[in-house]
Amino acid sequence: MTRISMTVDGVRYDDDVEPRTLLVHHLRNRLGKVGTVVGCDTSNCGSCTVLLSGRSVKSCSLLAVQADGVDITTVEGLAGRDGELHPVQLAFHESHALQCGFCTPGMIMAAVDLLTENPDPSDTEIREGLEGNLCRCTGYQNIVRAVHAAATSMRTSVPSTPEAAGAPAPSMGEEVTT
Amino acid sequence: MIPAAFDYVRAEDVRTALTALADGGEDAKVLAGGQSLIPMLRLRLAAPTLLVDVGGVGELRGVRDDGDALVIGSMTTHDELMNDALVREHAPLVAQAAATVADRQVRHVGTFGGSLAHADPAGDLPGVTLALDATFSVMGPGGARDVPASEFFVDYLTTALRPDDLLISVRVPKLPGWRTHYEKFQQAAQAWAVVGVATAVRRSNGTVDEARVALTSMGSTPVRAHTVEAALAGAPATADALAEAAGRAADGTTPMSDGIASADYRSHLARVLTRRALEAATG
Repeated sequence: MTRISMTVDGVRYDDDVEPRTLLVHHLRNRLGKVGTVVGCDTSNCGSCTVLLSGRSVKSCSLLAVQADGVDITTVEGLAGRDGELHPVQLAFHESHALQCGFCTPGMIMAAVDLLTENPDPSDTEIREGLEGNLCRCTGYQNIVRAVHAAATSMRTSVPSTPEAAGAPAPSMGEEVTT
Repeated sequence: MIPAAFDYVRAEDVRTALTALADGGEDAKVLAGGQSLIPMLRLRLAAPTLLVDVGGVGELRGVRDDGDALVIGSMTTHDELMNDALVREHAPLVAQAAATVADRQVRHVGTFGGSLAHADPAGDLPGVTLALDATFSVMGPGGARDVPASEFFVDYLTTALRPDDLLISVRVPKLPGWRTHYEKFQQAAQAWAVVGVATAVRRSNGTVDEARVALTSMGSTPVRAHTVEAALAGAPATADALAEAAGRAADGTTPMSDGIASADYRSHLARVLTRRALEAATG
């Protein structure tokens, strides 16, 4: 077992894990972060995307031990503490950017990462930026619309909280050992 | 799916990584970004007894200007390669090819050295280092040694690295006065190269003085298209001459047939993509 410590959605967790544990399994099975889903289990689909130090990664393709000492944001950590949706979540809702919804957590996290780097992407930049995420309902049109809508709303509004700006939620000083 | 169990060492520096690898024997494996290795572990296509994680070894990361070359640390990520000012200025072929690797998520974690050491014949960066005549700086129990790209890629997923070696950095010559281009054909839903072509061209006035062409996915390792290079040396930099030389791109290659493309189709792609890459690097 290897001792790891990570901050997930603002809460610090210290755990002993088997080195072979995938990050996504650690998040879901140990920490209960079941908002992050396993889609393909082959690194292709991007459903398991989370932010590691603010950058998108596929949590099925990392070992939990590789995330030792790192800040992770999952889809569960995007909304404000009062439940106010992140602009990307809101845009996915309003643009109906989901059908079955299975790819949505990963799509949203990938879109948050994309908009951090490129606040005003073109259609092509959105499609290429989300190339690591597959929607098997092929609902891409509305996903692209949603990312545009989120980009517009994030550029034109001053975020009221750091979470709303897409930054990882600050630690709330909680500590959990599971 | 869940990988088979293995022991794990988090290396603090190159020295501790080398010691762990030496102690681990031939079934020890270096964990860089893990973007090729972890999928293989998960599918149990690989079952090392020990992983030595060099993710925290700072001295393996970053890009340094060394006069006539760049020295790129093996743990530099694809995302860093794409965005690094030195790489963009002095080794644009590396930046261009890195941008085509997989997807954003993988590029944030996957590393230059990891993809080179993995040596997948469909990988984008091995062919690029071959075209640029890069030199691999390797450290092992016996000390440091340099391996030219032409000797680094030995076979399918096999390099000149021994089990207790660590790839430290790659020296990429700056090639002032050359133009480069990476041309890649891929399936829409995934970013592996069906065929890729890395070219570097030096020309004066209307003549090609020297050209280098390296092919991805046209054999068990990346290969230089020496016949094309020979045909171009001293040739006029015209569309006809480039097309004629590119027509020999598949000569002597041994492409695979698989579910994605037949060997014949790969040969066709090699010719077409070589012509396009040469036009882009010459125009």
